[in-house]
Formats: sequence, C-alpha cells, structure tokens
Amino acid sequence: MSWTLIALLLLPLAGGVVVAFLRGNDRLAKAVALAVSLVELVIAVFAWTGYDPSSDERLQLTSSADWIPAFGVRLSFGVDGIALVMIALIAFLVPVVIGGSWADKLPEGRSAGGFFALLLVMETGMVGVFAATDVFLFYVFFEAVLVPMYFLIGRFGGPNRQYAAMKFFLYSLLGGLIMLASVIGVYVAAADKLGAGTFDWATLVTVTRDLPLSTQIWLFLGFFAAFAIKAPLVPLHTWLPDAGAEAPVGAGVLLVGVLDKIGTFGFLRYCLPMFPLASQELAPLILVLAVAGILYGSLLAVGQSDLKRFVAYTSIAHFGFIALGIFAFSSQAGAGAVLYMVNHGISTGMLFLVVGMVMARGGSRLIEDYGGMAKLTPVLGGMFFVAGLSSLALPGTNSFVSEFLVLVGSYPNQPVYTILAALGMVLAALYILWLYQRVFQGPVRGTALVGATGGPGAVVDPERAGLRDLNKRELAVLAPLVALILVLGFYPKPVLDVITPSVGATLSEVGVADPVTQEGK
Amino acid sequence: MLDPASGSSDVVAAGGIGSLAWLLLALPAFGAAVLLLGGRRTDRWGHLLGCATVVAAFGYGVALFLDTLGRTGERTSELHLFDWVSVNALNVEFALRIDPLSLTFVLLITGVGSLIHIYSIGYMAHEAGRRKFFGYLNLFVAAMLLLVLGNGFVTLYFGWEGVGLASYLLIGWYQHKPEAASAAKKAFLMNRVGDLGLAIAIFILFKELGTTQYTEVFSRVGELSAAEVTAVTLLLLLGACGKSGQFPLQAWLPDAMAGPTPVSALIHAATMVTAGVYLIARSNPIYNASADGRLVVMIIGAVTLVIGCVIGCAYDDFKKVLAYSTVSQIGYMILAVGLGPIGYALGIMHLLTHGFFKAGLFLGAGSVMHGMNDEGNIRRMGGLWRKMPITFFTWLLGYAALIGFPFLSGYYSKDAIIAAAFSEQGWRGWVFGGAAALGAGITAFYMTRLLILVFLGKARWTELRSEDGREYHPHESPPSMTVPMIVLAIGSVGAGFLLATNHNLAGWLTPSLGELREQHGVLDHTVVNFLVLGLSALGVLVAWLLFGRKPQPATRPERVSFPVRAARADLYGNALNEALFARPGTWLTRALVFVDNKGVDGLVNGSAALLGGSSGRLRRLQTGFVRSYALSMLLGAIFVLGALLMVRFS
Repeated sequence: MSWTLIALLLLPLAGGVVVAFLRGNDRLAKAVALAVSLVELVIAVFAWTGYDPSSDERLQLTSSADWIPAFGVRLSFGVDGIALVMIALIAFLVPVVIGGSWADKLPEGRSAGGFFALLLVMETGMVGVFAATDVFLFYVFFEAVLVPMYFLIGRFGGPNRQYAAMKFFLYSLLGGLIMLASVIGVYVAAADKLGAGTFDWATLVTVTRDLPLSTQIWLFLGFFAAFAIKAPLVPLHTWLPDAGAEAPVGAGVLLVGVLDKIGTFGFLRYCLPMFPLASQELAPLILVLAVAGILYGSLLAVGQSDLKRFVAYTSIAHFGFIALGIFAFSSQAGAGAVLYMVNHGISTGMLFLVVGMVMARGGSRLIEDYGGMAKLTPVLGGMFFVAGLSSLALPGTNSFVSEFLVLVGSYPNQPVYTILAALGMVLAALYILWLYQRVFQGPVRGTALVGATGGPGAVVDPERAGLRDLNKRELAVLAPLVALILVLGFYPKPVLDVITPSVGATLSEVGVADPVTQEGK
Repeated sequence: MLDPASGSSDVVAAGGIGSLAWLLLALPAFGAAVLLLGGRRTDRWGHLLGCATVVAAFGYGVALFLDTLGRTGERTSELHLFDWVSVNALNVEFALRIDPLSLTFVLLITGVGSLIHIYSIGYMAHEAGRRKFFGYLNLFVAAMLLLVLGNGFVTLYFGWEGVGLASYLLIGWYQHKPEAASAAKKAFLMNRVGDLGLAIAIFILFKELGTTQYTEVFSRVGELSAAEVTAVTLLLLLGACGKSGQFPLQAWLPDAMAGPTPVSALIHAATMVTAGVYLIARSNPIYNASADGRLVVMIIGAVTLVIGCVIGCAYDDFKKVLAYSTVSQIGYMILAVGLGPIGYALGIMHLLTHGFFKAGLFLGAGSVMHGMNDEGNIRRMGGLWRKMPITFFTWLLGYAALIGFPFLSGYYSKDAIIAAAFSEQGWRGWVFGGAAALGAGITAFYMTRLLILVFLGKARWTELRSEDGREYHPHESPPSMTVPMIVLAIGSVGAGFLLATNHNLAGWLTPSLGELREQHGVLDHTVVNFLVLGLSALGVLVAWLLFGRKPQPATRPERVSFPVRAARADLYGNALNEALFARPGTWLTRALVFVDNKGVDGLVNGSAALLGGSSGRLRRLQTGFVRSYALSMLLGAIFVLGALLMVRFS
C-alpha cells in the first residue's frame, strides 16, 4: 500500500477547496494555490524516486480499497513508467500555469480564487486519470476532469467562450459515453469468463486479450472513439481549435499539454494491451489518421490568422506523430511517442504561454495585428523563438529526441507512413518560422503595436503605451521550461529509462516483437 | 564494389591529449551561452570572449593535430561522452571521432573562424548588438565542430541542423529588414528539405543495420542490397544539396548574402556550405559501393558548377557574384567526391584552398562595402584600388588563386579535379571533364569582370550618393580587418602547393578516405593543364575586351540579350520554385482552412450562426449544438467505420 499517489490526488483537491473559500482575497488565493502546487511537485519527485523501472512489477506505487463491491469497482491506483512521466509532467506544469496566469485579466465579475481553485481541482482529476488502475474509476476520472475544464473555458475564456466550452464538453462527453458502453462490455466479458465481474485493469487484460477478433474490434472502437476525440485525431479534431482559442492561456496549456494526452495514454494503456488482435487489425486505419493529422494539422497551422488557433493546429500535427509512434509497434517508436507526450506538454505549453504574453501586450489574437515585435520586446521574441525551435524539433531541444525516435522506430514497420510523416518536419519549420517572421521580424507594424510605440501618425493607445519586455515573473515562469527543453534535448536518458520498460511490456502484451534487434535486421 | 573497408580501419579510444577533445565543443558553446544569456552586462568584453574561445579551440586543435601527426600507427580514435538516445537496439552515442578528416575540418573551422571573429570586431564595431552577433558566431562554430566531430550520422545530423540554426540567425541578423527575414526563412526551409533526405537515410541504415554509428555502418555496408545502398547515397546527396547550395536546392545561398559579410565569408563560403562535401567524403565506404549513386553525385556537381558560373556572370551585386561563385566551386568539390577514390581527397583539398581564398574574397568585399557606405552594387564602384591598396592586393591574390593562376592554390586544387574528371572513361570523361574545364573559363571571365568593375577602371562613385543620401568616401579598413585578409591571402597563395606536394594532404587523409587512386582516361593530365590555362586566359581576355577597354555605365543596361536576362533571373530557378511549390502550396493551405471551417466544422458553425449567439437564447442554442455535434460526430464515426471496412476487406 503506497500513499504517494493518494497524496498526489488529495492534496490539490483539498487545496482547491481552500482556495475556493478565499475568493475575497486574490493575493492570498494565488499564493496558496502556488504553494499547494509546489508541494505537489515535491511529492511527484518523491514518487519518481520511489519508482523502480528495472522491476518486473507492471504497476507500482499501488493502493486499493473497496468502492462499489456489488460491481467489483475498487479505488485502485498505481502507475507504470508511462503514467509516471505524465503525472510528473502534470505536477511540473501546474505551478508553471499558476505563475503564468498570475496577472491574467479575468472577465468582469470573476474572482482569481475561483480560477485557481478550478486549476487545482483539475490537477486532481488529471492525476486520477493517469493513476487509476480500475477501468471504471478511470472512466469516472475521464468524465470528471471535463467539469473543471468546462468551467475554466466557459467562465474565464475569450469572447466566444460559451460556444467553445459547450463544444468541448459535448464532444468529450459523448466520446466518454461510447467508451462507457465498452467498459460495460469488458465487465460482462470478465463476468462470463471468471464467474464474477471485475473492473481491475490487470485482470481484465488477461480476459479481453483472448476474446475473438470481432468482439475485440467492437470493444476497441468504443475506447478508441473516446480517445480519438481526446487526442484529437482528424476528422474528430474540430473542437480543439475553438476550445484552445477561447480557453484562458493557463487552461489552454493544460488542455493541450495534458488533457489531450489522455487520448494517447488511453491507446497505450487500454486499447493496446486489452485488445491486441483488434489493435493490430486496425493499426493501418489509425496510421492513416495519424499521418493525415500531421499533414492536415501542419497545413492548417500555416494558414491560420489567429495566434491561439495556430497553437491548437500545431498540436493536431504533433498528436499525429504520437499516434504514429504508438501504432507503429516498435519499442523505439513507442518510447518516442511517450516521450513526445511529455515534450509536447513542455514545448507547446511554453508556446501557448508565450503567445499569451504577446497577446497580453498587444491585446489582439490576430497575427496581422503584429509585426516587428522583436525590436520592442527582444527577450519575449527570443523566448518565442526557443519555444518554436522546440516545436519544430531542432536537435538540442527535447522534441528532437522524441520525434526522431518516433520516426526512426516507425520506419522499419511502416516506411511509407514514416516518410509521409517526415514531410511534417519541413512543414513545421514553415509554420513556426513564418509566424515568427510575421509577428517578430521586419519593421514595427500592426495595429496592436504601432499605437503602443507612437510610430509616425499613430494614435497612442494609453492602455498599451508602456509595451514592456518580459518582467521577472514572466521570466521565472518560462525559465524552467527553457531549462527542461535543453536538458531533455541533451540528456533524455533518465526519462527514457523509465519509459522504455513499460513500452516494452505494452508491446509484448500486444504480442509484437521489435522489428530491429541488436544485430540489425 | 570498390574498397568497402576504407575509412573503417580500427578505432581506438581517445587517450592523452585526445581525451580533452570535448573542449573543442565546450569552448565555443560556453562563449555562446555567456554571450546570449548574459545580456547587456557582457557588451563591453563580449566580442573578446567570443574571439578568445575560438582562438583557444584553434590552439587545442593544432596541438591535437600535431599529436595525431606524430603517431605512426593508429590515427583514428573516438572519445565517448555519454549515451544520447538509447532505446533497446538503438543506441546513439554522443561521442567524437578524431581522425585525419575531422581534424582537417577542425583546423579549417577554428582557423578561418578565428580570423573571421577577429575581423568582425572591426566590421561590427558600430552595431548595437555586437555581443549577440559573437554569440551566434560561437554557436555556429560549436555546431559545425559537432557536425564534423560526431561519430555517427545522428550526431552529424545534430550539428547539421545546428549550423542551419546559426545560419538562419545570422542571415536574419538585420531582421528588421523584410528581405533579410525572408532570406533566413528560405535558407532554413530549403535546408530542411535536404535534411529530410539525411533523416530518411538514417532511418534506412537503422532498419537494415540496427546502428547509425560510422564505424559499424561502414564496416557492414556489404550487408545492404544494391538498391538500399543506392537509395542511401541519393538521400545523403539530397542532404548535401540542401546544405551546400547544389542544384536543385541552390536558390537560398545567394539570398543568404543578406547577412553581414563576415557571416557570408565564414558560413556561406568557407565552412558550413562545404558540409555536403564532408558528408559524402565521410560516407565514402557507402559511396564506393554504389556506382549509380556516384554518377548522380557527379551529374549534380557538374550541373551546379556550370549553373553557378553562368549566373555569376550576370549579377551586379558584389556578394551575390561571389555567392554564385561559391555555388559553382562547391559544384567542383561535389563532382570530385562523386568521382570516388580518385577524387575524395581532391574534393577536400579544393574545399580547403577554397576556404582560404573565398573567405579572403568575401572579407575583401566586406572591406570595400564597409568603406563605401555598405554599397554592394559593383556598377557604382570602380578604381577603388587607389583608395584601399591592402584590400586590393589581398583581393587580387584571392582572385588569382580562384581562377587558377599558375602555382597559386586554385591552380593545384581545381585543375586536379578537372584532370581527374577527364581521367574517367568514355563519355563520362568528356562530359564531366568538359563541363569542369568550361566552368574554369567562365570563372575566369566573371571574376575578371568583378575585378575590373570594382577595383580598376574609372571611379564611377564620385558623383553618386548612397541610398541614405551620403557621399562616398572610400577608405582603407582598420588593422583588425586587414590583418585577417592578409593571412588569408597568404593561404590563398601557398596552401595549394603545400597540400598538393608529395600528395601531402591525400596521404594524411588516407585513413579516413582510403588511398587516392589515379587512372588514365580520355585526356592526359598535361593536356588538361594546358587546356584549362588556355580557357582561363581566354576568359580573362574576353572580360577585359568587354569591360576593361571602355568606361562602364553606373546603372546596368536593361536592353540585353535573352541569355543575360535568364542569368539575371537565376536561370528561372526561383520562378520555378514559386510556380511549383509556393503558389500551389498557398492555394492548398487556403483551401484546407476553408474546408476545415466550412466543411468539417460547417454543420456546427452553420447551426450556431443560424441560431445566433445571444445569451437570451442560450437554451435553444445548446439544444442546437447537441444535434449538430451528434450529427458531425456521426459523420466522423461513419467515416471511420467506412475506412475500417475498406481496411478489413483489402
């Protein structure tokens, strides 16, 4: 019985409740929220050190208690290497997000206490999704995490927030309901085989993997529908640009950085081990969707005129790489996909935050309202550039390692899809550098900036008269992200060592062997 | 199959002085980190730190070179630093390979790099962000050293994209100018197209051999099928074309001249753009195994060398002429390494001598522009030799070296390549040798044109004003700029003789590249020698007759023949790119954005627009949403199911 995960679950929930009662005092509410999230980070480090990647235990740091005995539902928690790195990512991102949202201008009548309370509650939900080892419990967390995000977008988002929040909520909810059908399906299958139903993941795997292919396909599709909406794969992606664009920046970071990874995590934890036959049968279809997502998302990112929608579309392209890595069935591609999940949270999170800092200064989401900004705010320009380099997977940044692993690992099994996906490398350079050129390079221009600097003939907007470069708080928020981008770019070994055994276990559960062994083919 | 074992002789672990080889990367990387993170605090001494790190790296490089030279036996060693990317069968080490080839590049990069760092102190003295400039230069040196020192294809790729980043930052140095920003982006993108080739080559090697480290790959080339070897050679060539400005990816290099001139000299003439030559020479065991692959390399080299010098004849921009000259000269190097064992060492020799004289020519151009209010149009120059004698004489030596004046550097290195091309059998000898010899004649023509228009003849600038309305007061540059030019001029004169005598360089490089072979083909070496001298003399003479005898106008003539118009338009390379990729790409993107907004998401947005967005009607709105989402999700599900059926029945 390990208490680490339980502490990780309860602490932010309790913190959220406390912060919710501090609505009158914004400063105190923020301070408490930050303190709670930092303690959470310390506990997550503790969890990391308590995890032994070389152990044969598939799940570690486990704990379990009865919940609904009548249906065999238990409160069971535990992590493998994949879930562990995701929980570490959550614990890292939440304090960054709290720091990044510190000075957000909230819509009229909203209090900071409410906002930060929701962030903390969501942290509990997110940890729960990755830590649950009972399939029903997973489903509960899967749906529960929607609620705080729905309110974060709907109450604190941009002008079109209610539309976006509703769209996000309905897509995810319906996906979840389809999954629920499959969850019940596997319960029934277990009851048939074992005499008593169970939702215990480890037990279910041993039951469902022996089901006939046709049954596996239907159950697989139920889970897949939910995860493909979450991840999101084209053509189920259209909720993300709206939600990402309307969400407040901090919530947006968690949305694309963590919530979307529930989908790809779900592929790895549920689709692959529970339905190995269906996974292999349907892999070609998913690979098509993955590659389509890379190219489609990239091209749409090139064509965006809105900064936040831009970030959302780049994410759709990146999720294509992750899905490719998962369904290419090699340990390099799989480990690359999991590392990609972490790296994407860091680099796109940073991109989102930097875009938010640009918008906080210019007051507009439209790219065409900016130009030549590097001259006014060189440090902000540099930070955007670093985030961009990580997004386009330049060697030396974290994302290169994961993108390289996905591609080099996918090639032996799927050469055609890999080459098509690799075209995404060129497109990524195009959408990042072109955006950088439009916003930061060239002469100072654009309605969002010219007023601020008082250029010739411009009316100085008093609100934006003081267009300042990054302040100390903003630097402190971005610095850890930059540090991780570089450290994981040069020395990813500690993370890969945690991921690789779990990916290997997943692949052997699917029943596939690595295409390239030590001696080469 | 030719000599698959060359370049893969036994490798030992680096010891002694070699165990400090990580300093080569760490010194410039440290400089870059301090200068880029230190901010304004480092303004006063930043440029000195930038120079010191590279000079120190050069000093260490020389010591390592002498140490290796002194060894009689094994001259290839590796220094393991750490495991970089390691997942089961894949193990990418972060390790350095110290052998004659990498050491040769270390000396070139840190040596020329030191000179250009010093030159930049004076050249960039008036720039507010000089510290940042030195930070980028240091970043470049670190990345370039990683490129040549890495012991496998993935570390090479790391350096390869790293120099691309430095190149991007430095081309876009004047980033408030839209054309500089566009040129930087263009360079990075065209390079990424090439990088794609390099990346896919790495994927193939991993799939077939389970490794990407040089030692193992080279010793096991024989396990690859003929088609796989050829595919790898062509993909590596694609990478080389991107980085080295070779056809069809040459268009970015002339635009890259938007960067400050020291950058053009270091990155876009002497070092980075020759990385493609390094890649092919380094991969010689792979190229030895594919005659088809080498033939394509030769074709690309020959086509590029001709294209480069033809376009070079038409430009009036000082640096762009030199840029096309670089494109053309790298074409010679690519041709040389495409020749295989008779050419690898010759390609590297020309790379080294070219590093000296082309860097010198660029620094001379920078010196001229520095004294001429940053004017780059050679038609607005003329007679400058009186005003800047040191610049003129050093430039003259570089010029003579480039056109292959007897006993100067280019005479040895370029003529050797032409002779080697003529030593091929049958049509190959005639076609490749002929193209290379013809190129030599045209080179003499456009370089003489440049010499006359800039330094000789009547001064055409006395009555003109620069763009910002100032008069021209050309003057000689400060010693921090002239001294590097003098050093490079000395190299332009003597390097070829030193490297070519007794096959000094070829012998030194044998552990990396294999023995330099000789063969006899369609024309004899002596005949080629006289042929090239004759063609070069003819080129000089024609240029003199056209431009030297009568005063030239200060604006370019617009009524010109078709070939001149074509050359001025880069032989329509950019127009072709525009028509094939840029415009269709733009339309595709716009169409997809339209589809994504109106088609995929159309039901949703349409119903939302229909129902309006006011909060008073929220309830109706939401029910509308539910229906439309259900519908669009249903469509998505039908799509997925349909695809599923197709997959299952196929």
